[in-house]
Amino acid sequence: MKIIVCIKQVPDTSEVKLDPKTGTLIREGVPSIINPDDKSGLEAALKLKEEIGAEITVLTMGPPQAKAAIREALAMGADNGILLSDRKFAGADTLATSTTLSKALEKMEFDLIITGRQAIDGDTAQVGPQIAEHLDLPQVAYAIGINKTSNGLIVKRQFEDGYQMVKVETPCLITALSEMNQPRYMSVGKVVDAFNKEIKIWSMDDLELEIERAGLKGSPTKVKKSFTKGAKAAGKQFVLSPEESAICIVEKLKERFIL
Amino acid sequence: MNGGKFMNKEHGVVVFGEQRNGKIQSVVYELLGKGRELADILETSLSCVVLAENIDNNLEELIFYGADYIYVIKSEELKYYQTESYTQGMYNAIKKLNPEICLFGATSIGRDLAPRLSARLKTGLTADCTCLEIGEDKGLWMTRPAFGGNLMATIICPDHRPQMATVRPSVMQKNEIDKSRKGEVINLKVDFDSRVNRTQVIEVVNEEKNKKPIEEAKILVAGGRGMTNKEDLKLLEELADSLEGQMAASRAVVDAGLMPHDVQVGQTGKTVRPDLYLAVGISGAIQHIAGMEDSEYIISINKDEEAPIFDNSDLGLVGDAKKVIPHLLFHINKAREEKKAL
Repeated sequence: MKIIVCIKQVPDTSEVKLDPKTGTLIREGVPSIINPDDKSGLEAALKLKEEIGAEITVLTMGPPQAKAAIREALAMGADNGILLSDRKFAGADTLATSTTLSKALEKMEFDLIITGRQAIDGDTAQVGPQIAEHLDLPQVAYAIGINKTSNGLIVKRQFEDGYQMVKVETPCLITALSEMNQPRYMSVGKVVDAFNKEIKIWSMDDLELEIERAGLKGSPTKVKKSFTKGAKAAGKQFVLSPEESAICIVEKLKERFIL
Repeated sequence: MNGGKFMNKEHGVVVFGEQRNGKIQSVVYELLGKGRELADILETSLSCVVLAENIDNNLEELIFYGADYIYVIKSEELKYYQTESYTQGMYNAIKKLNPEICLFGATSIGRDLAPRLSARLKTGLTADCTCLEIGEDKGLWMTRPAFGGNLMATIICPDHRPQMATVRPSVMQKNEIDKSRKGEVINLKVDFDSRVNRTQVIEVVNEEKNKKPIEEAKILVAGGRGMTNKEDLKLLEELADSLEGQMAASRAVVDAGLMPHDVQVGQTGKTVRPDLYLAVGISGAIQHIAGMEDSEYIISINKDEEAPIFDNSDLGLVGDAKKVIPHLLFHINKAREEKKAL
């Protein structure tokens, strides 16, 4: 079985702090990690490899330093790594990103593509299903379990109020939830191999992709503006009767859409 | 029956009428509230597209909540939510209606369907919006959190139609029900290929939410030194349940053996950052603050108006929590009833 796992290198957003004076994000010193859902997708692929045998290729798009994410994936047990890197890919929204990744995937052989459900820096959950559409593949999103059967896969698909067991033929695309498993650590032996392995780098010239469909140009959505929510305002303190206190709390909960 | 306020069925606003087991989801009514506002500004119609194996009941309610037209697509291929048949159904509806705007709930269904559809339509999609407005350019301005919620971004889709967005449940307000509203329910026929779904649902399991670890909870109700007998904790539990949240505790409660260690918040316990942290009878020792100060919104109730917890709270109520909570339970239930009353 040939499995391609799409991963993204992301800043660890739990480490991002706001500058209290300017209200802007402090990006310096924020560590880069493999996106958690993607890492669980990779772990799922590695488990399939152990169970039934598979060749795993990790694919990512990003700046040259995204190689580090591929090295980590190789050290966990992936077999090959490909980095899509070109200034012309920059500024892509999800549609341009999924188009670019699909053009790379068209050049590759696979039975199964696994992506993470969503990346922690964007939280869109769009790129996986969009790739499936571009490549005309069946998709199962929000996977929390994957099992191989004789002629396809059975995927446990999470919903808010339960789950479905879904049988899907291959080739197909699955988006993985980080709840699915606990990704393994890099193995010491494989770390050395990982650094000796060649990571292929593909640019715009390697893909059959029109320039109007990539990067900022190929993105139907544009960022009009961005802003921080601002530092926490000094809290308010009230001395009220028990009932008034309760009403005051409920009003705030409604304002914040908790009720 | 007459059409709605704006007769033109095309170039309007379309809402995906997500149903599960034949029940229209509450986010749909919320989207109709927002969709009505957007359609009025653009002087166009609001349609809701419902896909199901079979659905008859209550579709007029969608009109009462703001829709002009309800399009219903029925097929046995739509029995369970499956990406491919639902995509084909919605794609057909959108091709027919040529909407300016198309809205989906940011649920595990909407977030699966909308991106697949956006790729088929080759248009833009903005995920998990918390604010939608019509800009001076008459385009849809879609605001959403990014970067783990640290940043807000306003996204536009200037040159492609429809402008698509998913919206988080509970964010938009549904309109007051108006049973005098007129509209039209229209059956839309879509020919599904019997092989439209390359997936097959072999089992459906509805499950009670298991309790998550407190670090993953969106809502935490935490008790402290002021809440250290069993009746107090019972009250806290009721409060946590009514908010669909979980219980947490300060060290005092855990040391007293009333709550397990895995719900202790603070330096020697866990660090949490829920959307809501409700601190009940917690004075706010620095070790406790360290474990919860990054919570999105902090409400505290404490008898002592000098308690340090108030310096770290967005909203502080000075008073006896044991007296406040029964009122709080009453008003929370009341708010939920009001919301549920369709």
